[in-house]
Amino acid sequence: MFPPDGYADGQWVDEDAGPVVRPYALTGGRTRPVGESFDLLALVCAVRGAIPDVTQLEPEQLTVLRKCRVPIPAADLASDLDLPLGVVRILVSDLRERGLVTVHGPVAVRLADPQLLKDVADGLRRI
Amino acid sequence: MAYDASEPGLPAAPVPVTIKILIAGGFGAGKTTLVGSVSEIRPLRTEEALSERSTMVDSLRGVERKSTTTVAMDFGRITVRDDLVIYLFGTPGQQRFWFMWDELAFGALGAVVMADTRRLADCFPSVDYFERNDMPFVVAVNCFEGVRRYPLDAVRRALQLSSNSPVVLCDARRHDSSRDVLVALAEHALLRSSRAPAGV
Repeated sequence: MFPPDGYADGQWVDEDAGPVVRPYALTGGRTRPVGESFDLLALVCAVRGAIPDVTQLEPEQLTVLRKCRVPIPAADLASDLDLPLGVVRILVSDLRERGLVTVHGPVAVRLADPQLLKDVADGLRRI
Repeated sequence: MAYDASEPGLPAAPVPVTIKILIAGGFGAGKTTLVGSVSEIRPLRTEEALSERSTMVDSLRGVERKSTTTVAMDFGRITVRDDLVIYLFGTPGQQRFWFMWDELAFGALGAVVMADTRRLADCFPSVDYFERNDMPFVVAVNCFEGVRRYPLDAVRRALQLSSNSPVVLCDARRHDSSRDVLVALAEHALLRSSRAPAGV
């Protein structure tokens, strides 16, 4: 048995070390999405009937396409794919360029709305 | 707003209202821990081992048992109702990642500023940021084991808050404690909204 912090010196590599492929290798080293920027909570939705050219897409992008058959926030995609949000936004923006997904802003809310804030407080008390 | 379902014949999926809350504070103050203790999903985080260079940037003084720092962000989710989902975003702790703050803060309900009384000054930049942007926030003093406790009044004085933002104690490892911090933030935002004159 080794101490829990035994790999903290960087010599141990296990699942805590993260993916072997550096995340931004998936984006060809790009760190900015293409086209119009979108919110972390923007809803990504697959375009119905669009036929993806699977030879042109990364496996992660195919996963994105599968998961956004119903609208899903970009942040949730990142969680599901276990990838940094920045990477997911680039993958999504590529899919949008190809006409395979649409990206809509999150549902607009009025943050000063007392009823909404009350709902948030009440909802949080129950978790 | 209506969205097409993937399969013909299925009703369009209801799109919940999403609320964003920021979790800020200095390096090692407990942001990741707090997000982890209340999130229903495994918090997404990108942590990189500190390099020699960033070790110099990140002064480890007073922060034991932590060998990596979050260079991207933590993110968690709390579904409070089918139609209301809260997302928590941890802000990058280091100043060289501040370019990400404005985007994270855009449209956020408010923020939790995590504070460690051993290095209280580390949370000043976060407090300044939210006061400057007139965004509701609470300061959550994370009670680390073996660390001297200070009365909240003393912490509040030391922070020199120019706002009436609440200062609360928490144990970020505990679900109920972290939840109470978020409730305090929502209640503070509610109080502010009821005080705000119309049109301002």
